Amino acid sequence: MSELLLQLQDLHVHYGVIHALQGINMNIERGTIVTLIGGNGAGKSTTLRAVSGLLRPTHGSILFEGQPIHQLAAHRIVRRGIAHAPEGRGIFPNLSVEENLMLGAYARNDREGIRSDRTKSLALFPRLAERLRQRAGTLSGGEQQMLAIARALMARPRLLLLDEPSLGLAPQIVQVIFRIIRQINAEGVTILLVEQNAHMALSIADQAYVIQTGKVIKHGPARELLTDKDIQKAYLGG
Amino acid sequence: MTTLFIQSLLDALTLGALYALIALGYTMVYGVLGFINFAHSDVFAIGAWTGLLTSSLLGLSIVMGSQTVEPRGWEIFLVIPAAVLVCGLLAWVIQRLAYAPLRDAPRLNVLITAIGVSLLLQNVGQLPWVFGTDPRPMPRLIENPLLFEIQGVQVTLLPMLTIVAAMVLMVGLEVLIFHTRFGRAMRAVSMNPKVASLMGIPVDRVIDGTFVLGGALAGAAGVLFAMEYPTVQQPASNTWVLLGLKAFIAAVIGGIGNIRGAMVGGFLIAFLERFGAAAQQFFPGIISFDTTVYRDVYCFAILIVILLVRPAGLFGRSVVEKV
Ligand SMILES: Nc1ncnc2c1ncn2[C@@H]1O[C@H](COP(=O)(O)OP(=O)(O)O)[C@@H](O)[C@H]1O
Ligand SMILES: [Mg+2]
Repeated sequence: MSELLLQLQDLHVHYGVIHALQGINMNIERGTIVTLIGGNGAGKSTTLRAVSGLLRPTHGSILFEGQPIHQLAAHRIVRRGIAHAPEGRGIFPNLSVEENLMLGAYARNDREGIRSDRTKSLALFPRLAERLRQRAGTLSGGEQQMLAIARALMARPRLLLLDEPSLGLAPQIVQVIFRIIRQINAEGVTILLVEQNAHMALSIADQAYVIQTGKVIKHGPARELLTDKDIQKAYLGG
Repeated sequence: MTTLFIQSLLDALTLGALYALIALGYTMVYGVLGFINFAHSDVFAIGAWTGLLTSSLLGLSIVMGSQTVEPRGWEIFLVIPAAVLVCGLLAWVIQRLAYAPLRDAPRLNVLITAIGVSLLLQNVGQLPWVFGTDPRPMPRLIENPLLFEIQGVQVTLLPMLTIVAAMVLMVGLEVLIFHTRFGRAMRAVSMNPKVASLMGIPVDRVIDGTFVLGGALAGAAGVLFAMEYPTVQQPASNTWVLLGLKAFIAAVIGGIGNIRGAMVGGFLIAFLERFGAAAQQFFPGIISFDTTVYRDVYCFAILIVILLVRPAGLFGRSVVEKV
């Protein structure tokens, strides 16, 4: 039951001279939702970028299903089963919603599987189904976020990385997105969720990691962190 | 008058098709990498030379102003593919050796490298054991029979072939870019290479493929150009440089990075050039100066106008500068 899906071991990442991650350790079990919280510039997005291969760690290792992946290029990591819905959504604005969605399955060849995942993703996000031919750049912020998640699901990932899916969205939409995240997890996808909205994130997550200036300062079951005095003061507004 | 009009139309279509083919290479590379590949016009020139040299290898050559062997008709099916192959390969080599190592460098560095590659090709091309500095006549690859006559204009096979071949290539490219998996990947890379890689797209290979495509089209254009205007100059000659520049302007006018824009831009420039040159004959009473000497000025003039009123080009969307 408690099988490790992803392990970060003493992970360091630099942007030129900026030492953004300073020895991150993290263990993610298959089937869980793990959230990564922390202030602006703490290194949350950097952690996700290192896992998906957008950044090359300067030290340490990343093991996915026991295999090291930190030397692989991003386009190979997707094929291993990790999809990343990046910060800022990363929609291709001049492509249609449909084309964006199908790009999510670029690495796959199983036509039947792609078709059934397309149906499933559209069932999760009926709003997208109505807008398939529309240029993705004309979608609202919430719809773009839905498209980013739906597109990531088209890779049929075993691990889904979500970077601030609630950013800039109206509260009702945030509710919808979080409900769907839970639904995706219930179908067996492990989720690593980065959030500023710590309250929401902690309430749906199994485990949580708090990072500050590139280091993990606390981790444990999300429920415990939700009631932790220091965490409440720093990230939950009291 | 009608004769002149039809003649100008035919000339403009032929030349425009060639400009468009070259412009596509500029615009595709700009689309995926965001810089002007100045070496592109030299790849085009090398396409023409490849055409000339393979023709000689096949026994076709010109001695003392006349052709030694009459073309047998099938040579063209070897000569054009040879130029396509050589130029596709050359573009790939240039990308791998000169541009790929600079993927993370500022774009200005890449731009200057492109100018360097262009100068290198031009100057190596002048070496006596490469192409030398003397213009060489291009042998005939096919007969050029009269197809039909319309309003006193004799329409022969060669310009028609140029137009049709260019159209076929452009339609093929259009299908490739807008209706295939590779094309979708290419468009994704041009919009956001990082996110494209997250989709599983091998960004480096897509970029290489874009160069090969642009080079191949330039190679085909090189041979077609040499067949139509059968003097092949050294790559550094004013003729080639100006030609490359006009194709580049065509890409800018159409909206650099935009495939359809480059095609339209190519034809637009050729129309301006040909009809501009003939303007005095069209309006003899009104225009009293010799308009033909300004034939190269018109496209620069339209460039200035377009940059003033529609800086992103006819088909370009003004987008936020990518970083
Ligand atoms: N592209 C970049 N170049 C240089 N520094 C960066 C870059 N991206 C992030 N950083 C720096 O790395 C640190 C971590 O950033 P990030 O992971 O984006 O934080 P967040 O936790 O808000 O997602 C910050 O100090 C940020 O300034
Ligand atoms: Mg972030």
